[in-house]
Amino acid sequence: MHMADALISPAVGGALWAVTGGVSATCARKLKTSMRGDLIPMMGVLGAFIFTAQMINFSIPGTGSSGHLGGGLMLAVLLGPYAAFLVIASVLAVQAFFFADGGLLALGCNIFNLGFFPAFVAYPVCYRWLARDAQGGVRLWGASVLAAVVGLQLGAFSVVLETWASGVSGLPFGTFLLLMQPIHLAIGVVEGMATAAAVSFVARARPESLAPMRVSPNASASLRSVLTGVLLATCALGGAFSWLASTRPDGLEWAIAKVSGKEEVAGNEGNLHRRLAALQEKTAILPDYGFKAGAGRAAPEEATDSVHDAPASEAWPAVDAGTSVAGLVGGAVTLVLACLVGFAVNARQRAV
Amino acid sequence: MGLGGWMEVGRMDELGQMDSPVHRVHAQAKTVTTGLFIISVMSFSRYEVSALTPFFLYPLMLMSLGRIPPGYLFRKVLVAAPFAVAVGLFNPFFDQQPAVAIGTLAVSGGWLSFASILLRFALTVSAALALVACTGMHRLCAGLERMGLPRILAVQLLFLYRYLFVVGAEGSRMVRGVELRAALPRALRFRVYGSLVGNLLLRSMARADRIYRAMQARGFDGAIRVLRPARLRWADLAFVCGWAAFFAAARFWNLAVLFGGLLMKGAS
Repeated sequence: MHMADALISPAVGGALWAVTGGVSATCARKLKTSMRGDLIPMMGVLGAFIFTAQMINFSIPGTGSSGHLGGGLMLAVLLGPYAAFLVIASVLAVQAFFFADGGLLALGCNIFNLGFFPAFVAYPVCYRWLARDAQGGVRLWGASVLAAVVGLQLGAFSVVLETWASGVSGLPFGTFLLLMQPIHLAIGVVEGMATAAAVSFVARARPESLAPMRVSPNASASLRSVLTGVLLATCALGGAFSWLASTRPDGLEWAIAKVSGKEEVAGNEGNLHRRLAALQEKTAILPDYGFKAGAGRAAPEEATDSVHDAPASEAWPAVDAGTSVAGLVGGAVTLVLACLVGFAVNARQRAV
Repeated sequence: MGLGGWMEVGRMDELGQMDSPVHRVHAQAKTVTTGLFIISVMSFSRYEVSALTPFFLYPLMLMSLGRIPPGYLFRKVLVAAPFAVAVGLFNPFFDQQPAVAIGTLAVSGGWLSFASILLRFALTVSAALALVACTGMHRLCAGLERMGLPRILAVQLLFLYRYLFVVGAEGSRMVRGVELRAALPRALRFRVYGSLVGNLLLRSMARADRIYRAMQARGFDGAIRVLRPARLRWADLAFVCGWAAFFAAARFWNLAVLFGGLLMKGAS
């Protein structure tokens, strides 16, 4: 469920970074006030534990496939929501830094999807409500499965929403939703069972080790304030960013484009792109690069019923054969050159 | 679980400990530059392909000046690729409107945006990996803390990183023990899994307890102390500004098209 940088737009990535940053700061403040010295090493080691547990697979009977723990819910059960959120954030950061699992721009989205929902929605709303202080049995198992499913469904929905709002992937909203939600229903059930198995084992073997670690929100009001804050921040940021970079055409624009058959490639790039394009137009050294119609070699390409008649004034990216060939050649050569520069520097350093 | 994966992380750290012109650039400067890089790459329209190519200069320069073996990072990029490829692969099916003509071949918008996603993926992932490989976790965390990361999160990152290897090795020993005693090579049964992971959890908690006592005995107060605190130098500022200027140029002018046009003009 890790989103990659390549699929989100800077506006969405930035907005989710801001929200995640706000939640982290709140968590850090909360932990500072209720700080217990032994919490720091416990958070670090449990982060490492989650990392390891993600690598251990178990077989799912009857399916031939295997599953593993995700860990968000387990951390919330062991540490309480605030510490759990920070641990999940650190685990995702290390995964992004060292395993290229999710990107740096997408890190805010990933922390929000995989950390916020289990820690601040699934755990307090579902798990605590159903499990209370059950140390095993149907209550604990039911609560973990329900909480894990809820957390993962919300997370998956949020992934779809963010991908759609970014507009990099062409996957239609409904299709992506239908792909993601059922898969994460199954993953949620597996996650809940794995969590319950580990927690009930610890509850049996060393019940005293479960209770005291939790820095839980004793006043549910503080939790509600976090939720409200995030909701408000999301709305505000959504509003603020949407004028800047709506990479999707709104319904009206879309309908107009449909009716008039206007070229989509140039049409739906949104405000930011259009503004940058205008700026580019102004600053370009060689604006409107391409073949002149009469310039011998290029004539056939222009003649082959060029797919769109891009008028000369049309905003970048203008779609005509000349520019695309120039782009292809230039791109390939640039790539080779960049590699050569790298190797040359490398060779020089070795020689020194 | 492969032990190889953990050794790989260790290799990343070894690379981060080296000394080279890029390693000496302040962590904060490199983080800011990489952030600018990712934002400029991702701000292109979804059909842009050729204008992205000049951006490869940045990760390649980091790697070559930082003496990071490119093959190693390339393998890591490949391992991480499936998700972006899987989602991007839908584009050609949903967007079949021809967008570009190369000769008589019409390329649909979907393939174009797919190619664009692959390029963006390679760019952003390689830049992020190169950043870590030529900075190292300690310097990175210290830099992030100076940039406003809450201290508890910075300490948490360092702790997690430090005990990743320890707990990971413990877990892989336990799994190996089970595997050696099992009749068939297969994934763990669920009952066994529960007690194995529960056991690992108990051992981890006991370890955290020991660490806490050791920390108290040594007077830990939550601050990370570095022997030589890195200072921002003029060279770091020049690093940021130089690359920012390059990114801006590559963002506003399609350098590849200009270059290709010049080449073809010369050829004709």
